[in-house]
Amino acid sequence: MAEQRPGAPEFGNDRDRAPEVAPLAPVAFLRWTWRQLTSMKTALILLFLLALGAVPGSVVPQDNVDSVAAGRWREAHSTLAPVYEKLGLFNVYGSAWFSAIYILLMISLVGCILPRTRVYFRAMRARPPRTPANLARLPEYRSFTVDQEPADVLARARERLSSYRTDGYEDSVSAERGYLREAGNLVFHLSVLIVLVGFATGSLFGYKGGVVVVTGGQFANVANQYDEFVPGKLFDPADLAPFALTVKDFHVDFSTDADEFGMASDFYADLEYQTAFDAPTRTARISVNHPVDVDGAQVYLIGHGYAPVVTVRDGKGEIAYSGPVIFLPQDTSFLSEGVIKVPEASPSQLGFGGLFFPTYGLIGGQPSTIYPGIDAVPGDPGADSLLSLFVYRGDLGLDSGIPQSVYSLDMSKLEQVKKADGKGGTKNLRLDLAKGATATLPDGLGTITFDGVSRFVKLQVSSNPGEKVALAGMILALTGLLGSLFIRPRRVWVRVRRQDGRTLVEVAGLHRSSGGDLSGEIDDLAAHLEDRTT
Amino acid sequence: MSHDEFGTLSDQVLWICGVFYFIALLAHLAEWAAGRSVPVSAAVPAAGARSAAGGTDTITGARPPAAPERSERMDSFARVGLGATRVAVVFHLVSVVCRGLAADPIRVPWSNMYEFTLTGTLVVVVGYLVLFKKYQLGWLSPVVTGFALVVLMADALLLHQRVGTLTDALESPWLVIHVIAAIIATGAFTLGGMTSVLYLVKERWLEKQSSSTAAAAPGGYLSRVPALAQLDRFSYQVHAFAFPIWTFAALIAGPIWARQAWGRYWGWDPKEVWAFITWVVYAAYLHARATAGWKGRAAAVVAIIGLATLWFNFVGINFFFGSGSQHSYSK
Ligand code: HEM
Repeated sequence: MAEQRPGAPEFGNDRDRAPEVAPLAPVAFLRWTWRQLTSMKTALILLFLLALGAVPGSVVPQDNVDSVAAGRWREAHSTLAPVYEKLGLFNVYGSAWFSAIYILLMISLVGCILPRTRVYFRAMRARPPRTPANLARLPEYRSFTVDQEPADVLARARERLSSYRTDGYEDSVSAERGYLREAGNLVFHLSVLIVLVGFATGSLFGYKGGVVVVTGGQFANVANQYDEFVPGKLFDPADLAPFALTVKDFHVDFSTDADEFGMASDFYADLEYQTAFDAPTRTARISVNHPVDVDGAQVYLIGHGYAPVVTVRDGKGEIAYSGPVIFLPQDTSFLSEGVIKVPEASPSQLGFGGLFFPTYGLIGGQPSTIYPGIDAVPGDPGADSLLSLFVYRGDLGLDSGIPQSVYSLDMSKLEQVKKADGKGGTKNLRLDLAKGATATLPDGLGTITFDGVSRFVKLQVSSNPGEKVALAGMILALTGLLGSLFIRPRRVWVRVRRQDGRTLVEVAGLHRSSGGDLSGEIDDLAAHLEDRTT
Repeated sequence: MSHDEFGTLSDQVLWICGVFYFIALLAHLAEWAAGRSVPVSAAVPAAGARSAAGGTDTITGARPPAAPERSERMDSFARVGLGATRVAVVFHLVSVVCRGLAADPIRVPWSNMYEFTLTGTLVVVVGYLVLFKKYQLGWLSPVVTGFALVVLMADALLLHQRVGTLTDALESPWLVIHVIAAIIATGAFTLGGMTSVLYLVKERWLEKQSSSTAAAAPGGYLSRVPALAQLDRFSYQVHAFAFPIWTFAALIAGPIWARQAWGRYWGWDPKEVWAFITWVVYAAYLHARATAGWKGRAAAVVAIIGLATLWFNFVGINFFFGSGSQHSYSK
């Protein structure tokens, strides 16, 4: 704040006046460095760097924002990817160089706040400044003569300026107000630090996990039950709140309106949860925008889909698998894709892969889902659904020790089951099962029955211990900012002098922030003292 | 009336509104054209203007030079322009309200780019009308009416969409609060940006004037735009109004909504990144104004960069990153 204008605020620092050239003596050099770092110009440059540094993170897919997109990008740009990796461009907001910018900014900020706070507390207690010798030089200046005695004029002025801090002198009054502007500015800058602390706390000690649960199914809040789990750097998995929940029911409406046909709306899940073994069971309904808070963690409903229920009997007629299988929706029609793995089957392990059509029909001769719901026939959910599967036999590869996805088959040791095509050759066997139907597999492999349709929900569980701090900091920052921008620090002086038997009154004002305009107030005050009613 | 009829009405009224903005623009252009034949007696001295950049704007700003002379013809054109703008704003408002009534269930009309633009433009013009008297904004009239006309036409022709229902994620009171605040801030920043552009244009013009020996002081538009110090101050005041609102929209209401809807209050999604960038650039603008040597021109440049990042976030992100952003609702 290198202000040159008359009566400029004494708040702030003189850092911009630091010499441009670094001195050689070590102590002087350190002081010089500190002054450079905490100057307003440096703050300005660092702010620009911060803005600029944030850009690449919006262009290059970020690992912790959309890891799938980031992976795809890496595959598509095999030469650039390692370079980007080195530069931290897949994790801009956690990268060393981005951190360097904001840490420097924060140091600069502290270096700015501290001296300003000291100056401010001194100024708080200070008296308004002495009346300048030449009031006519001030930006607002009026002078006129009146008949009253000088002392009376001064008394009226003080009365009029009662909301100011005033000091009286023999021939003048000095008044000042608007001290809180600087306080607001300090609060704002301090709050930026508080927000940063809250933000850092959250990313270090928080966690976020996603899990798919079939209706009727259970979930216990331990790390290995999650499908994906992203802990903060300093998060200890033992700190996971020990709750367990059951998804009792799930509801969704698919629009049958021509305009928004098939749009999902009004979906919610009913949960039952316990925060400890002996704790009472509680219930909650969660939906989009309405998570439930369980023991400091928030449970969100972020997705849903179908889980066809199947029973697979093996060659010996024994049940090798029975239950719901999660099929992931591929698009808004809820055409869903999934696999069924049956490692228990003999004589050979079985795998199924294919599609689930919630409401099956032909569109232009193509098998399609004509409606994403399964309740087209009232009272008989899944009546029009179709499960269309290819069949594989062999080794599912589950014993290899390499974890594999539950949504895909490892084809390396599997053989696709064929059937005669009626022309002397073979083709891939495809089973199209309506609800309740059973298909018999060739070669005595067994049977599969499509028993019905269940649903699954995708839940996200997250905990962010710093969010309250960040929010409080942000609200404080806004409050400080409003004070800093709209409180008007100003000084007013009135001087009186006897002149030719009358009293010459001089009124002057100084608005101490950039862009302020005091003419209205000075006019009012002058009119009041002159006894003109305006 | 049915929801669909409200939708149609909204579209039709917008065309009428466009016609009135067009009339207003023509009137203001005529006003300034008429001004050419009227000499600017109290021509703004180039010296006073230069001092704005030197840091004495309190002094020059407080006592603006007397307003340039105007002819009666100018005044009547100005009245026509202002009247037409007022009529246009009424139709504009009707169009926005009908758009909200057209949805089933009724909702705030800010769920896609078309609607955001429709309402944002309204904020710009209303802001201009509200401040018109206090700040003598006659010089801004051609800019604002031209802007409203061009943007609305582009909106109607390129971005128009059928009225749709909101997806569940958008049905939250925080959407309303967040978007109202974002629209108001965007409208105000836009007014501030217009002023900053005028500042730079006028500064160039003054430099040319003082370097050329041709003494003829034409009564053209730029000579009637207020002194640089006044432009700078008006721009600051508008920005100072918009900045806290943007702070609230982007860094308080937005995160609260994101936490409810997506389970995290801040996720460095492209939209969020650019909202943050805009905030930082405008913070830099406020700093620039308080730093010697950065006042005036540099601050105006920073303000324009800020506006560019704001609009890019609104237009660019949706077009270029549409599906990569969770905010792609506003596509
Ligand atoms: C995260 C970084 C920062 C942000 C977001 C920020 C933001 C702001 C904002 C919005 C204002 C405007 C308030 C007003 O006009 O009264 C302001 C003013 C100010 N800032 Fe910062 N600031 C930051 C860092 C710094 C640093 C590092 C310094 C120290 C060099 C600094 C020094 C100042 C000063 C002296 C003012 C008062 C200007 C005036 O008198 O108008 N700021 N800051």
